Amino acid sequence: MTAYILRRALYAIPILIGVNLITFLLFFVVNSPDDMARMHLGQKRVTTEAVQAWKAEHGYDKPLLYNAEASGVGHLTDTIFFQKSVKLFAFQFGSSDDGRDIGYDISQRMWPSLAIAIPVLIVGLAFNISYALFIVFFRATYIDIASVVLLVAMLSISSLFYIIGGQFILSKLFHLVPISGYDQGLDAWKFLILPVIVGVIGGIGAGTRWYRTLFLEEVAKDYVRTARAKGLGERFVLFRHVLRNALIPILTGVVVVLPLLFMGSLITESFFGIPGLGSYTIDAISNQDFAIVRSMVFLGAVLYILGLILTDISYTLVDPRVRLQ
Amino acid sequence: MSERIGCWLIVLLVLGLGGCSGGTWNDPYPSADAESNTYYSSFSERPKHLDPARSYSANEYAFLAQIYEPPLQYHFLLRPFTLVPLSAAEVPVPEYFDASGAPLPQDASAGEIDHSDYVIRIQPGIRFQPHPAFAKDAEGHYRYHALRAGNLDGINMLSDFEAVGTRELTAEDFVYEIKRLAAPWLHSPIAGVMQQHIRGFGALSDALAKQDPQDALTRIQTLRQARIDGVEVLDRYSFKITVEGKYPQFNYWLAMPFFAPMPWEADVFYAQPGMAERNIVLDWYPVGTGPYMLSENNPNLRMVLSRNPNFHGERYPTQGMPGDADSGILADAGRPLPFIDRAIYSLEKEDIPRWNKFLQGYYDASGISSDAFDQAVQIDSQGQPILTDAMRKQGIELLTSVEPSIFYMGFNMLDSVVGGYSERARLLRRAISIAMDYEEFISIFANGRGLVAQGPIPPAIFGHRDGEAGINPYVYAWKNGRPVRRGLDEARRLMEQAGYPDGVDRETGKALSIYFEAVATGPDDRARLNWIRKQFTKLGIELVIRSTDYNRFQEKIRNGTGQVFMWGWNADYPDPENFLFLLYGPNGKVEHQGENASNYANPEFDRLFDAMKFMDDGPQRQALIDRMVEIARTDAPWVWGFFPKAFSLHHRWVHNAHPNQMANNTLKYLRIDPEQRAQLRRAWNQPILWPLWAVGGLILLLVLPALWMVRRRERSTAL
Repeated sequence: MTAYILRRALYAIPILIGVNLITFLLFFVVNSPDDMARMHLGQKRVTTEAVQAWKAEHGYDKPLLYNAEASGVGHLTDTIFFQKSVKLFAFQFGSSDDGRDIGYDISQRMWPSLAIAIPVLIVGLAFNISYALFIVFFRATYIDIASVVLLVAMLSISSLFYIIGGQFILSKLFHLVPISGYDQGLDAWKFLILPVIVGVIGGIGAGTRWYRTLFLEEVAKDYVRTARAKGLGERFVLFRHVLRNALIPILTGVVVVLPLLFMGSLITESFFGIPGLGSYTIDAISNQDFAIVRSMVFLGAVLYILGLILTDISYTLVDPRVRLQ
Repeated sequence: MSERIGCWLIVLLVLGLGGCSGGTWNDPYPSADAESNTYYSSFSERPKHLDPARSYSANEYAFLAQIYEPPLQYHFLLRPFTLVPLSAAEVPVPEYFDASGAPLPQDASAGEIDHSDYVIRIQPGIRFQPHPAFAKDAEGHYRYHALRAGNLDGINMLSDFEAVGTRELTAEDFVYEIKRLAAPWLHSPIAGVMQQHIRGFGALSDALAKQDPQDALTRIQTLRQARIDGVEVLDRYSFKITVEGKYPQFNYWLAMPFFAPMPWEADVFYAQPGMAERNIVLDWYPVGTGPYMLSENNPNLRMVLSRNPNFHGERYPTQGMPGDADSGILADAGRPLPFIDRAIYSLEKEDIPRWNKFLQGYYDASGISSDAFDQAVQIDSQGQPILTDAMRKQGIELLTSVEPSIFYMGFNMLDSVVGGYSERARLLRRAISIAMDYEEFISIFANGRGLVAQGPIPPAIFGHRDGEAGINPYVYAWKNGRPVRRGLDEARRLMEQAGYPDGVDRETGKALSIYFEAVATGPDDRARLNWIRKQFTKLGIELVIRSTDYNRFQEKIRNGTGQVFMWGWNADYPDPENFLFLLYGPNGKVEHQGENASNYANPEFDRLFDAMKFMDDGPQRQALIDRMVEIARTDAPWVWGFFPKAFSLHHRWVHNAHPNQMANNTLKYLRIDPEQRAQLRRAWNQPILWPLWAVGGLILLLVLPALWMVRRRERSTAL
């Protein structure tokens, strides 16, 4: 397994270079170093000299990808792309374009993101699986049909609707929770109730539908029929046999998103005023802070690859037939 | 078992919420603060800079102006805007000198004046806020000025430093800040402007650029040792700034944070190795002498201003405008400032939660977003904005004022069709000016929050004229005591005279097509752009909208490749020069990288501008301004657009809220009644519990039959 993981880690290097290159190209197609300088220097009374000085100080005065004036490997290394990218592979995110340490900001802002994402994942998973099993138990009845209609309706609704609706009903109408905000440490809990409830409800439609499909596929298999023939109760069959055998696709979906929980949710964090990594990324894009954008995309790519590796490893844990070679 | 856990969770939730917030569950603040003398507000965007040499943005000034004290400030109540001392002892009166250094009288003409000296005397006894940069050990050495990497273990923010100190403000601190403005590595946005005015400023800037010190501490050392010809410390409490020629607007600059004093100790403290890596920098933790200090800076969450214990003291103004005494705004006259102990600004990116928290009483004041406008404000039969019944019932109060800003539609005067100074182009621009129905624009897209502009100078700025004398005769006629927009017939006639009958170019026979440069980001923009297109269609002109992002838009304006565009300007200071310079030829965007985005250049206008900018306010200056405005109206490089109106709301427990669009340091005047606030918050936010029981009951209604059905199905037999 070690060799397998090592090989996958090595495969990740060209992927990360590619991701970095694409991010770089996309960013600089939309923004030029001049635009970035003007964004940081403000709107009023910005002179060309000030723009040039800002670019020189932040290392954006070099060619983007190829330096024709340099010699040897300098053609490639004395460029913005190389200078800004190479340190990422050592996880040195450096400073944002306004001078703040990105690594420190990430370490501070990942906790609020996790504080929402983890409860939403756990509660949502528990609820969606239980509900899906319940529907499967009553498959092909009115309960099944009504549930499917409800789930389709729920997954058709925009997540923004759940957020605004949740804020309106629970906070504005009934005054049960703060409408938005956050606090540090344990004081954060009262701010998490609403986003977690909204996150769980918003995920029921898609999640339960997906698990229902998985479970329906499983209940039609021979081993389920055998279990029933042995006289096992339906609940026992569903929870002990069907659920276990459906774990592989569930794990695929869950484990792969685990590392990405760090990255936060863009809309939720924005509406609830949560200072997580989602809003960090959005702010960086709107402020044209390339240093943060490339760091967050790089981190996201690394975490995604990590998620895939973890998924592979988890297969071996839940299914003894799987061997990683 | 699972039901039991669920019940306990609900009970815990109910107890927990109730227990932690003293009766209201939706209170976002700790219950211990319920009756504290704290002002609550919000901000939507993280301030980029809190270094006064770099900051040049309204959202940053909202914080900086409470912390730093430049020599002057705007009087809170007097209009027109009046400068009064802040850290200075009095408003400096410039002394004029000719080229030989001989003094000139105050009424000397601008041409005679070689330079002006501003002697600024500061108030003795002002002390900086408590800060570790000033902390000294028993031997009198600065405790934190020679830190090594190991000394910073466990230090992540400014408050982690144990010791703090202070010292008296001296003239040297002001001079040091002016030198900082010239430092190329600080990228001060006003370096270019000051280079033109302060003697020796440019030379210092060049010298520093030449030396190019790389290390942060070396830079500060270089800066401290550097001399600037036109800035001189006279004694401990006074310094002199020499300005080239005559520049009456210079005093306004002295009211901006750029000229706030900066202690060299702070610069040295923050420049030490390891500080930047911990984000402990001057741009993040200001050091001032003002009524407040930034005690918590977490702009991802909240920013907290606390009363500066070393504040030198200031009193509420005793003078106001006629009617101010009756309105109650002078009730606190002569009382010591500030009234509020603490101000908490929470990050609120979205309008909906911000608005609802204001209605719940968790923010003391609020602006009005377009979405909430109808809920808050209605227009009465006289066309005046008044609060809706719901707002009045809640005791909310409305303040309105015209901002010292302008939003206009500009023509690129370098363009061959809409630009230029031929009669044909002038008539075309005037026709478009009539067709662009800005009254409708304000009504639809600004909820009526605007005043149609008749020229470039907003109300409350010297040079603005009201009434019949102030209308733009090319677009309006004065009828029944008010300006009435000229009819479309007249606009079409102008089009015909210009050679575009019904929008068709007589020379080519083709329909006139004009490009409109726009920044469009959302669905609201589409409605706005469609409306603009319709205005041009009234004249038969096909308007081609070229939407792009703000970067490309700016690039087009810089390069002069656009034809028509919309832009705006927010005043730096309340002087007509700060608006008329937007039409000054040598300030053209394409040729000179200035702020004249339409690249308008009329020699007569420029000549008058050169004379007007040196004049003191008075009839002579007014006459020149009138002439300049008339020239600009004739040439019509802009459709004059509108002056936006600011609408703000505050709760009944907030006192001394008064619109002052030039002053940013108004927090110190506000007074709140925390007891009334706490009482009303409790009354407005009592939790409504029946939905919890209803949901619980619904869950039981669903779960119990389901369990019963499961059990029944399991027990049923196949036959």
